[in-house]
Amino acid sequence: MLNAVYQLKKPRQFELVYKDITLDDTHILVRPTHLSICNADQRYYQGNRPEEILNKKLPMALIHEAIGQVIYDPTGTFAIGDRVVMIPNLPSEKDDVIAENYLRSSRFRASGTDGFLQEYVQTVPDRLVKLPEGINLTVAAFTEIVSVSYHAIGRFFGTAHNRRDAVGVWGDGNLGYITSLLIKTMYPEIHLCVMGVNEAKLNDFTFADETYLVNRIPEGFAIDHAFECVGGNAAPRAINQIIDYINPEGTIGILGVTEDLAPLNTRMILEKGLRVIGSSRSGRKDFEGLVALYESHPEVVDYLENIVGEQVTIRQIKDISKAFEMDIHKLIGKTIMIWDK
Amino acid sequence: MENSNVFGVVLAGGQGTRMGNVEKPKQFMEIGGKPIIIHTIEKFVLNTEFEQVLVLSPKQWIKHTQDLIRKYIPMRDRVVVIEGGATRNETIMNSIAYIDKQGKLNTDTVIVTHDSVRPFLTHRILEENIRFAKEYGACDTVIAATDTIVASKDHALITDIPDRSTMYQGQTPQSFKAQHLRELYESLTQEEKKILTDACKILVIKGEQVHLVEGEVSNIKITYPYDLKVAEALLGGE
Repeated sequence: MLNAVYQLKKPRQFELVYKDITLDDTHILVRPTHLSICNADQRYYQGNRPEEILNKKLPMALIHEAIGQVIYDPTGTFAIGDRVVMIPNLPSEKDDVIAENYLRSSRFRASGTDGFLQEYVQTVPDRLVKLPEGINLTVAAFTEIVSVSYHAIGRFFGTAHNRRDAVGVWGDGNLGYITSLLIKTMYPEIHLCVMGVNEAKLNDFTFADETYLVNRIPEGFAIDHAFECVGGNAAPRAINQIIDYINPEGTIGILGVTEDLAPLNTRMILEKGLRVIGSSRSGRKDFEGLVALYESHPEVVDYLENIVGEQVTIRQIKDISKAFEMDIHKLIGKTIMIWDK
Repeated sequence: MENSNVFGVVLAGGQGTRMGNVEKPKQFMEIGGKPIIIHTIEKFVLNTEFEQVLVLSPKQWIKHTQDLIRKYIPMRDRVVVIEGGATRNETIMNSIAYIDKQGKLNTDTVIVTHDSVRPFLTHRILEENIRFAKEYGACDTVIAATDTIVASKDHALITDIPDRSTMYQGQTPQSFKAQHLRELYESLTQEEKKILTDACKILVIKGEQVHLVEGEVSNIKITYPYDLKVAEALLGGE
């Protein structure tokens, strides 16, 4: 079958190509229904990756946050029409120690292999997780980024020491919102402080115990542990500020992606005996854990609805570009493409 | 889907080939390593709303078509190959007769008719054909004309240049309430039947409404060697 794949050919230019899919006994076909744009997609779309990376990875279909409906399942794992979230990490081996999202042999959709901007996605049962009935589909569309926070939090609290009176989150964007929300849901006893640069955005963190603009943090402020959810050029400043305010032997979780190298105050990392944990992407068990959390704490889905931004119905290639352009100009929120292509 | 009352009708060359003509019909040519007709049938099979997918083939190619389906399509329970007619519309009538013979034809039965040599059909086009045929009784897949259309009755001088903004190029699928289509077709005179170039015209002649479905530029019909080259170009690499 000739499957329509919408690839980014070069920055700001999408192109339709067809790729043959052979229907067999082991692969499931999913029809994407709701797709969410991530900053990583934007870096390709706007050409904000080094030229050699763009040359190597493009043309490629973008989007690694998406849900869809099962339309063909010879394995009998799902019923036709089941709504599923698709896992973009594609492991090619099993390892008892290293998680699937850190294996160097794993591939990742929309990063070297086609993402979900396709008519149908061919995959195996292991890469799909069934969504709860009646879940808000625009929220479910960005389950992947929420699973990245879920993964990072689990990893973080498996390592950070047990004094968790105050935990800080730096970043008032989508990732900061999601991470803060999950921390407060999974660890309600934690005193959560959120640091940002935009007061209006910080006002949306209603579930947090304290919020501060980064240039108005009160004297004497301290936290036991902290998450960096800033990314980009501002990430080094955020991490250094965390190093200033964190108590000795605290743990810093880094979630934000930077293109450039970050100069860090390593002297204080050493003096305070800090631990720095990197965290990236997620795997099947994170998706499963998060979906279970959505079911046990439906208020999380309600909160996440606050960051649903523009919803763009995609019928033509130019609608995809429109969605990406709208996404660039947003203040906060996830841009959702409703697939009608 | 069982008893959905929606049938796919894949038209695989109703004219038949002349005696002694051993050239293979276009639907058996391969793109991306598979016969074109297989790509087309697969798109229908994947849509669970089709109760059956009827493939209408010239008599001498029925076996060959069945063999290919067996070879390439694992989920083929709903696919049936039957004989086409002398013309496109006679072929469509054969499909309706087949549905009728199974006792499944009623006023709500929908057929989605499609050229077997248009394998770049998309999920959305099929969905909208089913929806619009149910809602409006008939629909035709079209794209807005990009070239100016010039009419010439004597094939020498221009008789008209219609306003391009109202012109569309017809593609397929064309979808209908099957029973009504047959009634209209049977009420046509032989003269009227002769001027039919496609099935939608049956309704247009009778003054009935046919809804438009937005097609795709890529939904090309593979007729000439040139089209085959375009089709191969549409196939992306890894």
